[in-house]
Amino acid sequence: MEMQGKSVFGGVAMGRLSIYKKSDNVVKRVKVSDIDAELQRFEDATVKAKKQLAALYDKAMKEVGETSAAIFEVHQMMLDDLDFKESITNMIKTQNVNAEYAVAVSGDNFSTMFAAMDDDYMKARAADVKDISNRVISVLQGAEDTKLDSNEPVILVAEDLAPSETVQLDKSLLLSFVTRYGSTNSHTAILARTMNIPALIGVDYDDGIDGHFGIVDGFEGVLYIDPDEATIQKYRKKQEEEAEKARLLQELKGMPDITKDGKKINLYANIGGVGDVPSVLQNDASGIGLFRSEFLYLGSETFPTEEEQFNAYRSVVQTMAGKKVIIRTLDIGADKQVDYFNLEHEDNPAMGYRAIRICLEQPDIFKTQLRAIYRASSYGSIAIMFPMIISVSEVKRIKDIVAEVKEELGSQGIEYGDVELGIMIETPAAVWMTEELAKEVDFFSIGTNDLTQYTLAIDRQNPRLDSFYDAHHPAVLRAIQMTVENGHKGGAWVGICGELGADTTLTETFLRMGVDELSVSPSRILAVRSAIRNCDLSK
Amino acid sequence: MKEFTYTITDPEGIHARPAGVLVKQAAGYACSVKIAKDGREVDAKRIMGIMSLGVKCGMEVTVKCDGEGEDTAIAELETFFKENL
Repeated sequence: MEMQGKSVFGGVAMGRLSIYKKSDNVVKRVKVSDIDAELQRFEDATVKAKKQLAALYDKAMKEVGETSAAIFEVHQMMLDDLDFKESITNMIKTQNVNAEYAVAVSGDNFSTMFAAMDDDYMKARAADVKDISNRVISVLQGAEDTKLDSNEPVILVAEDLAPSETVQLDKSLLLSFVTRYGSTNSHTAILARTMNIPALIGVDYDDGIDGHFGIVDGFEGVLYIDPDEATIQKYRKKQEEEAEKARLLQELKGMPDITKDGKKINLYANIGGVGDVPSVLQNDASGIGLFRSEFLYLGSETFPTEEEQFNAYRSVVQTMAGKKVIIRTLDIGADKQVDYFNLEHEDNPAMGYRAIRICLEQPDIFKTQLRAIYRASSYGSIAIMFPMIISVSEVKRIKDIVAEVKEELGSQGIEYGDVELGIMIETPAAVWMTEELAKEVDFFSIGTNDLTQYTLAIDRQNPRLDSFYDAHHPAVLRAIQMTVENGHKGGAWVGICGELGADTTLTETFLRMGVDELSVSPSRILAVRSAIRNCDLSK
Repeated sequence: MKEFTYTITDPEGIHARPAGVLVKQAAGYACSVKIAKDGREVDAKRIMGIMSLGVKCGMEVTVKCDGEGEDTAIAELETFFKENL
């Protein structure tokens, strides 16, 4: 039997299915005569519940890190919340009810309030309120924490799992999570990713599967129950391949990006927002080679303020703790829907009024971004690169504006750090001008996606052109070679931040050309590292 | 009574964690600390209330302090908002 769900983390798991049963907090309404004693019971239970949460926080910090642990700190504060507490104590005082009942009713009320809010994140907080109420009730009833009823590793099947439940589970007994509810952003999903085990949500199972043998395919989002021998063999093989891959890649974590004959290259990551930074660190990139700043503009209804931008840049730079962060200035054109820019419709937006062209025509927008970046530069190591350059005069104009910004900041007594300036090489014109451009900047970053499109005159969105398209076209490779040579001649280092940078069949070619940096998506870091470390340029 | 108005710049808004940090800060003052959005006002010393405002990035909130030490409180809170929210 097969059941389709939605995968929140890839991988293959095989084992016995075990349905997780929550401890039933059956709460009865009981009339109490000694109100003070009942208030004291509630107070004692709260103290004990907070102690449990503090212990869970420590456990989660050790096992899965701060992102997953933080919720238990918030839970402790929620237990201290005066509105919540007063609601409970008032019920005990005025209705003479037992503490369990008062907690259950207040928990339901607060949880309903969050569930009714028009915001998915806040809706998820309804589960947190339930979780803390159940914890206090369990303490009041003297119930033990639920445990996995097994001594062999299982695929855990549940309706949904609260963070306090997942963190209490013995991780060595967990092969995979399968839940009926939950979202890709739920705590369970985060935990699965941190633990690196496959997990499915949205699986409509029935209780009859308890104890049966199952396979979780976290790539396709499928749960197999009592699979036949052929399926088992297929997944056993897949599991072995995955384990081998994971083992190899894990070995490479913390290893330098250096070829067998000792040539070093900088391996950086591309990100599109603040939320991508954890995966940069997880995959052990030595810096950020392309921080696309568009998310600040696309996710907004008006121009993002200097303060908003500063906060985003600062947060990334601080998290990267001294590692280099290369921010690409605004790269927006008529192909992206940003109403407040009031861009006119263009027939050919790829060659239109976009990126640096907007920034040079509307220096107010540009200066706001530059000020925010320079302010953030005193918190770590920042470099800036400018997209869509075609000529030296543009770079000179940019540098004038940068000088104005620095002067303004200086006269206002605002600190900033040393910032390297670079340009994207993504137009054939820029490639031809690399000799002159190299004298103006600290570095080049080759954007191979646009460079390929402009060099071959092929629109990548048009499937009819697929037979003409060659990602390894010699014209593109020669353009890269020329850029590297001219860059070095003029004293600029040269990186690649387009998709080609992550193409491991070209890693050796790039190393031989003398490319100084490759910037790839976080998930490709370790694969590229493996390719670099397998190269021997002396042969 | 003292007050200031501030537009949230943290991309997360005042969600669970930032709300927790704000409560800790507000709880340190003897005066009352209220936070208002679109005419709804809650006690900044209570986390559920703050969370229930559902404040997101770009929204404007008004912070009010009333009572003992309100001058210091409002000044420190304004700095706190600028630095954290």
